[in-house]
Amino acid sequence: MNEATPHSEGFGEFVGRAFGNRSFVIGLVIALVVAAMAAISFFWTPFDVTRLVVADRMQPPSAEHWFGTDHFGRDVLSMIMIGARNSIAVALVAVVIGMGIGVPLGCWAAARGGWVDEALMRFNDLVFAFPALLSAIMITAVFGPSAINAIIAIGIFNIPVFARVARAGALSIWPREYILAARAAGKNKSRITVEHILPNIANLLLVQGTIQFALGILAEAALSYVGLGTQPPMPSWGRMLFDAQTLMMVSPWLALFPGCAILITVLGLNLLGDGISDIFDPRSRRRP
Amino acid sequence: MKQWKTILAAAALALASGTAAMAARTDLVLGMPLEPPHLDPTAGAAAAIDEVFYANVFEGLTRIGSRGEVLPDLAESWTISDDGKTYTFKLRSGVKFHDGSDFDASDVKFSLDRARGESSVNAQKGLFAPIDTIEVVDPATVKVTLKNPLGSFLYNLGWGDAVIVAPESAETNKEKPVGTGPLKFQNWAKGSSITLVKADGYWGDPVALDKAEFRIIPDAAAAIPALLSGDVQALPNFALGDALAQVKADPRFKVVIGTTEGETVLSTNNKKPPFDNLKVRQAIAHAIDRKALIDGATGGLGTPIGSHFAPHNPAYIDLTGTYPHDIAKAKELLKEAGLADGFKATLKLPPVGYARQGGEIIASQLREIGIDLQIIPVEWADWLKQVFTDKDYDLSIVSHTEPNDIDIYARKDYYFNYDNPAFNKVIDELNLTSDEAKRTELYKQAQKILADDAVNGFLFELPKVGIWDAKVEGLWENSPIQANDLTKVKWAD
Amino acid sequence: MTIYLLKRLLIGIATLIVASLVVFLMLEVVPGDPARLMLGMNTSDAQVDLLREQMGLNQPLILRYLDWIRGLLRLDFGKSYTYSVPVIDLIRERLVVSFPLAVISLTLSTLIAIPVGLFAAARRGKAGDTAAMAVAQVGVAMPNFWFALLLVYVFAVWLRLVPAGGFPGWGNGIWPALKALILPALALALPQAAILARVTRAALIEVLNEDYIRTARAKGMPMRAVLWRHALRNAMIPVLTIMGLQFAFLLAGTIIIENVFYLPGLGRLVFQAIIQRDLIVVESVVMLLVAAVVLVNLIVDLSYALVDPRLRARQ
Repeated sequence: MNEATPHSEGFGEFVGRAFGNRSFVIGLVIALVVAAMAAISFFWTPFDVTRLVVADRMQPPSAEHWFGTDHFGRDVLSMIMIGARNSIAVALVAVVIGMGIGVPLGCWAAARGGWVDEALMRFNDLVFAFPALLSAIMITAVFGPSAINAIIAIGIFNIPVFARVARAGALSIWPREYILAARAAGKNKSRITVEHILPNIANLLLVQGTIQFALGILAEAALSYVGLGTQPPMPSWGRMLFDAQTLMMVSPWLALFPGCAILITVLGLNLLGDGISDIFDPRSRRRP
Repeated sequence: MKQWKTILAAAALALASGTAAMAARTDLVLGMPLEPPHLDPTAGAAAAIDEVFYANVFEGLTRIGSRGEVLPDLAESWTISDDGKTYTFKLRSGVKFHDGSDFDASDVKFSLDRARGESSVNAQKGLFAPIDTIEVVDPATVKVTLKNPLGSFLYNLGWGDAVIVAPESAETNKEKPVGTGPLKFQNWAKGSSITLVKADGYWGDPVALDKAEFRIIPDAAAAIPALLSGDVQALPNFALGDALAQVKADPRFKVVIGTTEGETVLSTNNKKPPFDNLKVRQAIAHAIDRKALIDGATGGLGTPIGSHFAPHNPAYIDLTGTYPHDIAKAKELLKEAGLADGFKATLKLPPVGYARQGGEIIASQLREIGIDLQIIPVEWADWLKQVFTDKDYDLSIVSHTEPNDIDIYARKDYYFNYDNPAFNKVIDELNLTSDEAKRTELYKQAQKILADDAVNGFLFELPKVGIWDAKVEGLWENSPIQANDLTKVKWAD
Repeated sequence: MTIYLLKRLLIGIATLIVASLVVFLMLEVVPGDPARLMLGMNTSDAQVDLLREQMGLNQPLILRYLDWIRGLLRLDFGKSYTYSVPVIDLIRERLVVSFPLAVISLTLSTLIAIPVGLFAAARRGKAGDTAAMAVAQVGVAMPNFWFALLLVYVFAVWLRLVPAGGFPGWGNGIWPALKALILPALALALPQAAILARVTRAALIEVLNEDYIRTARAKGMPMRAVLWRHALRNAMIPVLTIMGLQFAFLLAGTIIIENVFYLPGLGRLVFQAIIQRDLIVVESVVMLLVAAVVLVNLIVDLSYALVDPRLRARQ
């Protein structure tokens, strides 16, 4: 693990390096476009998706409906915009849950060591032993299919991931000299964690955050696809794919657009994660 | 590109395992969406059991034909005593079970006693309740005495729940069904398929098929590619929704739209405010646009209904005009009910296409008059518990597929929570009437009362969509009962 | 070494015990009454009660849990509510689909990923590397059920090379069975291969930066030899770790993929069992999958020791 970089370079230089990184720039642009689409959908979509105009169903893409209409006559572009909002909400809250619980646990384990550390590791073993998607399906089936339960199901599996990253990061920082100095100065462990450890593992958490965000979007799509995620009438990408798959021969665009939306969003987030990781990795500066 | 495809197609042909034979085929693969939980039609309600075994493997004293008529089956003929209470059945001779044992009158007595016995797990035990005694006169004659005369007794004996089983195999029929039919059970690959093969020494006309496989295909999404790729040659009763259009356009397939006994209704909790208010129910009825609903939920194939009655029934009257689609009128009625601003309610939907898709459309239509429905999709287990048993619901959508079931509205504690003495009186009278003309008149009265009361949103009669290879002949077009009778099915040359 | 493995084994067993509690408790709060579901709409409460009694649903929780655990240990998982046959028979029938599927897709993904990773690492920064990694990025981001759908329409409906779904069983010959598994295995393998290729490349590059490799290169050893002789072996640890994790993903992934292809495998069994509230089946299959994950992780731990002599010495 490496220390955060600002010690050795100016902020301008750092930003310049960031925008020189191809993955980062492409990923950021995609993420911003998707986020913008989701944000706009709150106050404007080309059509109202809660009104079903059955007479206009399954129209191919046209000037009026850019992405065509679905089997209820809803505008696919509008649904994809709202679906973006929905995917982002589910995946983001799941990441927040994972970070909110996992990071403190990981930091605590690293600071305290001993049985706390051992207990956390065993908890991780336990959660990792359950195939995540299977468990998510079980949770949503047991407690009723809904976006909220999908968030919880996905969020639970984010906890050990962040706990593990935070713990590993923190353990590598604790033996550093300035930490030892801080301890000698009488600062207690929790203060050191907040003041020194967290800022130094923030980049790791950010990278893991984008990865889990992307995985969350895929998981939400899978859950909605089997009917256990977001419920109608709220549009979601996974559900759109489910509804579209019987119509592959007549209206292939119905499967094409939501599929591409998932693909591009996840791709963008993964690129962003790669980019951030490269930017913070000092070795990447050594590379030609 | 084209050349590449040709090469691949040629390779595919080489790989295909001998399906190119020129003689008429004698095998058939049928797709069905639900898998039977077990294989004994006398021990479970699941329609999927009858869909595989009725008339094919198991036979009853009588059977129901493709138009819903009662036909002789294991009983060659019968006589009915003048008081209508005693039925004497003359049994067919030379009938053998698939395990080689002979069929005779003792098997009939055993089967009916088992079905009505104390520990019976027969799902339609009520069918046998009117039986008083069963008497074996000689190996080819059985005499059944009823407690009261019952016009529908011969029809009831034609149900899948009343088929004749042998004492030797009754207990193992769940796993290894043994019947007397023209096809016998060969194999059940759980989760995948059930295979039947031609039975030797069948008492009647032998079937043209040597082998029939019922393949479990969970949904339309899987059924479409299976059909298009030729894996499956018939989907006798499969709700494909909008996807039907692409199959219809394909000359390789025949699409047959038949009728069912399924009245699809917007089930309404008649005791729960504000649905206890007739004006609110009328407002909902006015707000529903059946045409859009049928187009969106059944691919345009359902028949609109205005009451709880099947349109193909002779006693049917068209009441769809009772509350025509009229948003202004609906809003007016809500206002009169003191709910001018609308209200919120829930709509619980079981996991079937017409309900899930129809539910979205209904929710959208009711939103027009200010009723904000929260859609709650539930699995069958939860639907049965919450809606059907506990009556914990506002609205739901479900198809009532039992034939002639208008009397459910007179049942105490039925999940609609509907209680109208006038209606109950009509049904009571109906039960005591055997004169056809009088019965028809009473049925009409009953339909009218339900329509006027807007008990439920009466939506459409569920269509039976059958799709099969254009060369397959003899499958049922309608479904008077749930069955896939293969006895007359063959491939055209 | 032995102590290390013994400790891992104990942890594995403890994990299984806690997991069994979690599974059992969670499924006890399932809404819905399996007895009523089995009998259907028009049955009386008395009949439902009779069935509840027969299925042992009226016993206290703790007794049912202990009974269940005792059964698990003897591989007697009880009887399925929906199929009314022993669960172990169901599992056995389904394993002959799911196990080959998992093995084929793991093999496919390894066979695709390792060469691609080697290829990209050897050409680091060049066009070939960039192209391979771009494809891998797309592979990681692709929802596998969507990919499966595309495969079905291209290879089954359009080209008619393989069936669109279903499974003929091994009894009708190896070839038809394999044909039915090719598309699902591919759909499962591709996203995993993409991840594995990225990990392989990164691990190789890490190793290539080590001093002893630089020395070997400086001495004039050709890149190919360096990669195969030194780098790959030393890069195996992260690759094995990911493969171990992927096994769990693969098991869960089969739930969705088996549904797309309606394969009668474990994934579909458990999915249907969840929907139909066939608790005994759900509990048993989930426990089986958890046990499989624990076992694979043990094997991965063991193989660390085998590929890395330093680790063996340290313990």
